[in-house]
Amino acid sequence: MQRRNSRLLIGAGLTMVGALTLSACGSGSGFSNDSATTGGELTSDSSQGLSVLIGSSGDAETAAVNAAVAAWSEAAGTNAEVSVASDLNQQLAQGFAAQKPADVFYLSTDALAGYASNGSLLAYGDNLANKDDFYPSLVSSFTYDGEFYCAPKDFSTLQLLINTDLWAKAGLTDADIPTTWDELATVSATLTTGSQVGLALGSEYARLGAFMAQAGGSLMNEDSTEATANSPENIAGLEYAQKLLNDGVMSYASEIGAGWGGEAFGKQLSAMTIEGNWITGAMTNDFPDVNYTVAELPAGPEGKGTLQFTNCWGIAADSPNQTAALDLVEQLTSKDAQLTFSEEFGPMPSIMSAADEWKSANPTLVPFLDGADYATGVPIVQGATDVVSDLNAQLESLKTGNAQTILDSTQKNLEALLK
Amino acid sequence: MSMPARTPRRSGIRGGEAASGWLFTAPMIILLGMFLVIPVLMALWVSFSDWNGRGSPFSGSVAFVGLDNYSALVGGGGLAEQDFGTALRNNAWYVLLVVPIQTTLSLLLAVLVNRQILRGRGFFRTAFYFPSVTSSVAITVLWLFLFSASGAVNKLLAFIGVNGPNWFNDPSGVLHNIFEAFGVATGPAALTGNSFLGISFWEWLAGPSVAMSAFILMAVFTTSGTFMLLFIAALQNLSGDVVEAAIMDGANGWQRFWQVTLPQLRPTLFTVLTLGLIGAWQVFDQIYTGTQGGPGKTTLTPAYLSYQAAFTNQAWGQGAAIAFILFVIIVVFTLFQRWLLAERTVSARRMRLYLQTPTSGGSK
Repeated sequence: MQRRNSRLLIGAGLTMVGALTLSACGSGSGFSNDSATTGGELTSDSSQGLSVLIGSSGDAETAAVNAAVAAWSEAAGTNAEVSVASDLNQQLAQGFAAQKPADVFYLSTDALAGYASNGSLLAYGDNLANKDDFYPSLVSSFTYDGEFYCAPKDFSTLQLLINTDLWAKAGLTDADIPTTWDELATVSATLTTGSQVGLALGSEYARLGAFMAQAGGSLMNEDSTEATANSPENIAGLEYAQKLLNDGVMSYASEIGAGWGGEAFGKQLSAMTIEGNWITGAMTNDFPDVNYTVAELPAGPEGKGTLQFTNCWGIAADSPNQTAALDLVEQLTSKDAQLTFSEEFGPMPSIMSAADEWKSANPTLVPFLDGADYATGVPIVQGATDVVSDLNAQLESLKTGNAQTILDSTQKNLEALLK
Repeated sequence: MSMPARTPRRSGIRGGEAASGWLFTAPMIILLGMFLVIPVLMALWVSFSDWNGRGSPFSGSVAFVGLDNYSALVGGGGLAEQDFGTALRNNAWYVLLVVPIQTTLSLLLAVLVNRQILRGRGFFRTAFYFPSVTSSVAITVLWLFLFSASGAVNKLLAFIGVNGPNWFNDPSGVLHNIFEAFGVATGPAALTGNSFLGISFWEWLAGPSVAMSAFILMAVFTTSGTFMLLFIAALQNLSGDVVEAAIMDGANGWQRFWQVTLPQLRPTLFTVLTLGLIGAWQVFDQIYTGTQGGPGKTTLTPAYLSYQAAFTNQAWGQGAAIAFILFVIIVVFTLFQRWLLAERTVSARRMRLYLQTPTSGGSK
């Protein structure tokens, strides 16, 4: 027994040493490629085709991106292949770790700081020919450490959606559409009945943050260098939301048995909701019988405010053909391409020159695009996603909680990220 | 010195045995090495490094940072520690409830369907085993529907006059709710003022959240069938004569189960508890497909937290560190339980029982 054990140990030890040697050899190729690729010359190995990795919302989006990329590929004479990720974060991470990432990919504001700080991304923003055409607030959403990393793909803002039938039934007219906090509270109360609540929304920062913005607050300053989570403005915004919740005129969607604000609104559990322009797809497909209109969110003490959500076209630092990738991105963010995307699957174009045409094509959705002028983005600092999800967890019990305490802990967590 | 003794083993008909032994096991050793040992060792290195997810973790730019990743989790005082503490709290309650309940239930089911007089035993065995062969993702989706605010479970509860909770959206702890029913809404200062791993003792005592309770029910529902199968196999392996002897000794059914059958099932019990413990500490699929840690982080588990830290936050070192702490926890629990279930010599108190009966046949 004794002897067998020791032999086994030796065997296992040898296997391990061998294995480690093998793996060390395998990773040897990784040593040379560590230089940061920001700033310098773009790579342009034109023998390599481009791979494009997207996280698609459905067939319409996949088909539209495929068509746009194929058109570019034909014109430029460079191969390009689109693949749809089932879990974008995971597939991106695998690509970066193996140093064979997709050349061009969707990138969320949440993931930007992490990938930018580890050098996976090419900061190509300043090389874009159409750089000045993007909305400035979107540009700052993709600026990390002073560098404009990637071209905003499209964007969404939050606005107020109103069920016109329930609105009329409660005796309200167009003149009653709320433009101030007080008016919002009043119409919410009017619209609250036994079976429906005036306003329903998701219990997260990505919705309630709009109130904080209207009060003049934000989680961090514009270039994400200072935490401002527990400012008096933010507290005022949350306390207003808390009051609406406790008065029973506003509810979290989850409290009334809906997965998100759009579902509560579509099932007519609420007469109003605060959502982004993605809701139009759900309304058309799932709740075609509900008539609604879009209004700008009411102004708070510090004027209008809303949140914006956006993705960009990331280009990998390890891409062998960055010149072609940049060319593709310029094509995909051009006015024509963005207006086609908008027609096919509904996002708002990220460039100002497409605004007028988009507005005339979507007259009912104009408030969403108008939001671009005053919208705030999410903090761009590594680890902010965790802090926001912690804030979300606390916001679920905002009704009984204390706005100051909640925001103090968020402030503490954000400050820890900046150290 | 021992050469003369060893030489005979090297020659003759059995000489090549060791070599062929290694040869035959080599494919498996290489496979396990490639896909298990190396990745585990790489992860161990990552947990001690500042690798950030780009390129190889063995490249020159990756530095050794000692226990930094671990200390951020168990003593950093920041969000990482708090999240890890919350995840451990959630999972500890999950384990505490799932493992005993599923073991008891599976043993009970096994005994029931093992009885000779039960008609349609095959049907029941299949029915109880069915949830185990269904994919956990499918069952999670089913569960999300059953336990939605207006789902079947709440309809059923409403039928008997109970106003069901909003299961997967209710972050309140079950124990806290019970305390509250007795008028204790906030804990004593001694519990709320002091904390361990970033969350107060009062929060540790919250119990599983209502959302987590739904997952606990699901785990019991899905795994009881698997373990029932193990118990049935063990029960059918028991020889009938020991039970017959117990009957002759005048033991009733209850005594036979506790004193005769159960002690003989000890090895199976160990297997079931160990597998249950490991499975319960590693719960991931349900969280990933179901709630992603919500509501209020009350279904966050270390396994999911590890995934999240690595893949969404690019904190690979921390993700790996969580995985290794989880590994240590599982090993410690398994060792503890092995010690608990170890065969021991009969205690003096119990021995007296046997000695005092003068007519005992001594057959034991």
